[in-house]
Amino acid sequence: MRARRWTAAAGALVLTAALAACGDDDGETTAEPEVQEEVSFDEGTTMAELNEAGAITIGTKFDQPLFGLRGPSGDPEGFDVEIGTIIAGELGIEPDGIEWVETVSANREPFIEDGRVDIVVATYTINDMRKEIVSFAGPYYVAGQSILVLADNEDIQGPDDLAGKTVCSVEGSTPAENMRTNYPEAELSLTDAYSNCLEPLRNGQVDALTTDNVILSGFVAQNPDEFELRGDTFTEEPYGIGLEKCDTEFRDFINDTLEAAYDDGRWEEAWEATAGEVLETPEPPEVDRYEAEGC
Amino acid sequence: MDAVIENLPLYWQGFRTTLTLAIVAGLAALVLGTLLGAFRVSPVPPLRAFGATYVELVRNTPLTIVFFFFVFVAPQVGIQVPFFVSAVFALSVYTAAFVCEAVRSGVNSVSVGQAEAARSIGLTFNQTLREVVMPQAFRTIVPPLINIFIALTKNTSVAGGFFVLELFGVGRRLANAYSGDVIAVLLGVAFFYLLITIPSGLLANQVERKVAFAR
Amino acid sequence: MTSVLYDVPGPRARRRNLIGTVVGGLVLLALAALVVNQLRVNGIFEVRRWQIFWDPPPPFPDSAQDVWRFLLVQGLGATLRAAGIAAIFAMLLGFVLAVWRMAPRRWVQIPAITVIEFFRGLPVVLLMLFSALALGLSIFQAVVLGLVIYNAAIIGEILRAGIVSLPKGQSEAAYAIGMTHWQTLVLILLPQAVRRMLPSLVSQLVVLLKDTSLGFIVGYTELLRSVQNLRDYFGNAFLFSLFFVGAAIYIAVNFSISRLAVWLERRGTKKAAGGVAPIETDVDGQLDPGLGRTQQSRGGPL
Repeated sequence: MRARRWTAAAGALVLTAALAACGDDDGETTAEPEVQEEVSFDEGTTMAELNEAGAITIGTKFDQPLFGLRGPSGDPEGFDVEIGTIIAGELGIEPDGIEWVETVSANREPFIEDGRVDIVVATYTINDMRKEIVSFAGPYYVAGQSILVLADNEDIQGPDDLAGKTVCSVEGSTPAENMRTNYPEAELSLTDAYSNCLEPLRNGQVDALTTDNVILSGFVAQNPDEFELRGDTFTEEPYGIGLEKCDTEFRDFINDTLEAAYDDGRWEEAWEATAGEVLETPEPPEVDRYEAEGC
Repeated sequence: MDAVIENLPLYWQGFRTTLTLAIVAGLAALVLGTLLGAFRVSPVPPLRAFGATYVELVRNTPLTIVFFFFVFVAPQVGIQVPFFVSAVFALSVYTAAFVCEAVRSGVNSVSVGQAEAARSIGLTFNQTLREVVMPQAFRTIVPPLINIFIALTKNTSVAGGFFVLELFGVGRRLANAYSGDVIAVLLGVAFFYLLITIPSGLLANQVERKVAFAR
Repeated sequence: MTSVLYDVPGPRARRRNLIGTVVGGLVLLALAALVVNQLRVNGIFEVRRWQIFWDPPPPFPDSAQDVWRFLLVQGLGATLRAAGIAAIFAMLLGFVLAVWRMAPRRWVQIPAITVIEFFRGLPVVLLMLFSALALGLSIFQAVVLGLVIYNAAIIGEILRAGIVSLPKGQSEAAYAIGMTHWQTLVLILLPQAVRRMLPSLVSQLVVLLKDTSLGFIVGYTELLRSVQNLRDYFGNAFLFSLFFVGAAIYIAVNFSISRLAVWLERRGTKKAAGGVAPIETDVDGQLDPGLGRTQQSRGGPL
């Protein structure tokens, strides 16, 4: 317990220092994105369009430490942001040609459907229900649902202890859906962003916060000594890149990019520069080139 | 349409929550607002100053800021209550300022001659208030109060952004869940709001007409 | 000297008032001390909590300028931008609605009445959500559209109340020199109505500005959401200070514009013929002029 807390605290300092390094303008970023200069795509593909425009709109989270967190500088930082930048680079788009849009969990499908964003890289879990509305490239990371409580709360050790307790989560997220389906005795309090749950958790208005373990770890790192994760992960949450349904060429392109990034170490670099400061570096998962139904 | 019909129980729950919020916060605002109104017309300067400052401050603060304060900031300084109660606090504190102004202008609308006549025939303060001032002030106060209640009902929608599952919250949840059927879902929500606001508006018209006639 | 409730104070009343003043003053001071103490106990006055405003501590790479720029240029800028554009369109649409509402034929009026009553009875945030999800507009456009629709309905009613309160002689004179209904309305009555209702109109614009903060709920990065963003970035310790500064900015901006409305009212009473209509008791969050309703059954100049 103590060793973990100490590492978390140290991790927090290193994390913020790493984020600081990423935010600097003097070019010593560890994850310097490569931008393809000479690249051409087939006529009529999304890639060609984006490459022509020299701009892409990417939806991500703005409030999650380690994955997508926006500071006063204006642009978000985190692992999801790095992955998005890599993909943009392969399309020949410079980092400042990327427009970052905040996609809270509930808005991810509507924004893709409307075309308001080109892709979504926002701790976006792939599941069958969502596959009916959007398509997914990846996964590029596999998380798992877990529970966050106050450090001195010993009552809750796992999801079964949540019966009768107030649990905070986010509208439109798989963890919330999971709670509703499999643990209906837990009282859900929903909001539109996980960071809104921290204050209520801190002062007892809710007993626990449930979402993916990596998101929770980010909060633990940001607030050392206050919160702890409880229990093992009890689901699998493969993070994918959401894009317009049935755009198979684009999906293949992104999957190719991901696999290339796995092989040449860019994925690992991106991880170590962001989430890797607090979490161990896993093996990149296999991308799933599934047959999209209804296309 | 199916989205609406399947989820009628949820709509109903949201409607009940909206109504409860409006009524509870409305009563609290009435009490607090009348007290503040009394402060504003009292001859004691500190009370007058307090009332005036309160009203000016609240009138220039957006309701979302008040909500944000009660839900996220107040717990940090010791006020820890369930979300519904925070919503009631926020709505009452906000609405009380407008009730206060309505009460004040109502009292001031009674002509001074009435009060002077009452005092000259020897009525005490309480008697003057009860028999002469309030009945007349009441007529001026009621129409704005109904409008304040209508605005309060619409303002309960802000609670939907702060952990309370009332009509707007229900609408947002269903609109995101049934993203192909958004128009039907939100029209359903609109229907329930209009169920409260339009009859209240008609009531306000009736009351105002009667009041104008009586004067 | 006499007010409705209180007579001119005699010696006993003066003594009572003095006691009341002292006691009241002490009670208020005690309350204030309580609040300050509660804040102090929870560490709100520690310098490190306010440091981000002039010298952000080491782990954060941002300068104080970044913080202020984010709050003012991003947050407040977004608020003012949405409010400004919404105000213009709300005024234009409000004029259209007022004219439509005062059409000579009843059957033309009825759709106008329906539209106005429908949008007046709905929360602004619902209109914003509808615009964002059902109409597929960007968040900025949705916020503006929600504000425009709602406030146009209110402004339409304010203008109508203004027109109705004008002396009948105006329209009679206009008809006498051969103007049509529409010419009378647009050339003679509306300009005077605007001048007369100017304080109410400006008041409504303050309400519009306040309502831009509802964009917070649908994800628009106005001032409050910027505060929230900074809280997410810097951490919980800075919540109170960030909130305090954000709220102070909001209140200052709204207050200045309200003062403008009051100044206009005072100035207008001296100049305009027949004076200006006083700002009705604000029924706020979503303002409804009490004035509009009584005039409904009576004729007015038209």
